[in-house]
Amino acid sequence: MNGWTREEMARRLAADIPDGAYVNLGIGMPELVVQFVPRDREFVFQTENGLLGMGPAPPAGSEDPELINAGKKAVSAIPGAAYFHHADSFTMIRGGHIDVCVLGAMQVSARGDLANWSTGEADAIPAVGGAMDLVAGVKRILVITEHTTKSGEPKIVTECTYPLTGRGVVDAIYTNLAVLDVTSKGLCVRELAPGVTHEEVQAKTGAPLLTPTPENAR
Amino acid sequence: MIDKRVGCAASAVADIRDGATIMIGGFGEAGSPIELIHALVDAGPRHLTVISNNTGSGRVGLAALIANGQVRKMICSYPRSANSMVFPELHRRGEIALELVPQGTLAERIRCGGAGIPAFYTATAVGTILAQGKESRRFDDAEYVMERGLRADFSLVKADRADRYGNLVYRCTARNFGPIMCTAADTTIVQVRELVPPGAIDPEVVVTPGVFVDRVVVVPHPQQESVLVKEGRRYP
Repeated sequence: MNGWTREEMARRLAADIPDGAYVNLGIGMPELVVQFVPRDREFVFQTENGLLGMGPAPPAGSEDPELINAGKKAVSAIPGAAYFHHADSFTMIRGGHIDVCVLGAMQVSARGDLANWSTGEADAIPAVGGAMDLVAGVKRILVITEHTTKSGEPKIVTECTYPLTGRGVVDAIYTNLAVLDVTSKGLCVRELAPGVTHEEVQAKTGAPLLTPTPENAR
Repeated sequence: MIDKRVGCAASAVADIRDGATIMIGGFGEAGSPIELIHALVDAGPRHLTVISNNTGSGRVGLAALIANGQVRKMICSYPRSANSMVFPELHRRGEIALELVPQGTLAERIRCGGAGIPAFYTATAVGTILAQGKESRRFDDAEYVMERGLRADFSLVKADRADRYGNLVYRCTARNFGPIMCTAADTTIVQVRELVPPGAIDPEVVVTPGVFVDRVVVVPHPQQESVLVKEGRRYP
């Protein structure tokens, strides 16, 4: 079994974002997407701490502590960028003005429920940030995640056991093994990574998978 | 004549009393008014409720205020980050309370507090544990949760430039919560890098109009939290 690397997953996801999209990237693996904008398209990246038109990290030594992304890493602003305060930023997000949001996941359910902010353990310090606002307001929610946990447990399940970020919010899932669409009938395999079979993906998934047929189309 | 300048950070925060609710600007270190916070550590009021997106890092700024035992409760969206250990420790020991609020709901609660709106409905957090116990209502076939506007006794905010009227402009992503926090407190205290004469800020680019600002303190060379943390500094 081969599958996709993290970079290939990000490239595969980026290929599904249309030209001209306003895109918000979550912290962690979603940040890789910025490196794989297809040559013939322009995406405008929004970061919820107040920048539309986020550019790549500046060269070492020229970082500005007042120019950061939501992960508090140094970034740059492209020509044509705009700064704004938090209420305007979440007006963009909650008001449905952002086209695509890419998020990581701890669990995703067959109905598109997402859990990505808390393990719910008693001594964990819960931290939600903007995740619940993003899933409630952004038009299309794409999840990028390894197909299973480090110990091999399925992350894609019938029912999430971790506290939810939102119910029925995920549109598609990009893993190292496959691209899955969340449809009204359940999870549908849209594409398999090279060398991966439907049976292998099903064996590592905690929910039944559909194959793409006209009836299972989104 | 209107002149909102105050001589130093210490006198700007001198009337903040025990039990006060304080909004503190910043997203991580960007926009965190570290000199005003340190003045509040020196002044020593206790049992504070602090509204701020994060809980500070290392042992300086907001983390120093918390470490000094002055904060009873934090209202924030993301209470842990790379170098934040003070809040998690105290919270696990039950010595500081936490009200966790989604970031956009936090921003909107502050905006509404400043605009005289006592409550609003949002789709954020519907169906999650953060909506439990809150009033909900259906509009147009979707469910929304009711959230309350937030106000404070004081706001501490960092901006880049001000004039004596309190008109403000900010810098890059250090703007974040500053403009909305300025609107939502009985007394808004702002530290700025530079004070300029009236008219030097183009009225077309004023971000916070002076009516929302009560006191302006000039701190020409503000300290950077990440530099202090890297040096292992602690305050006081």
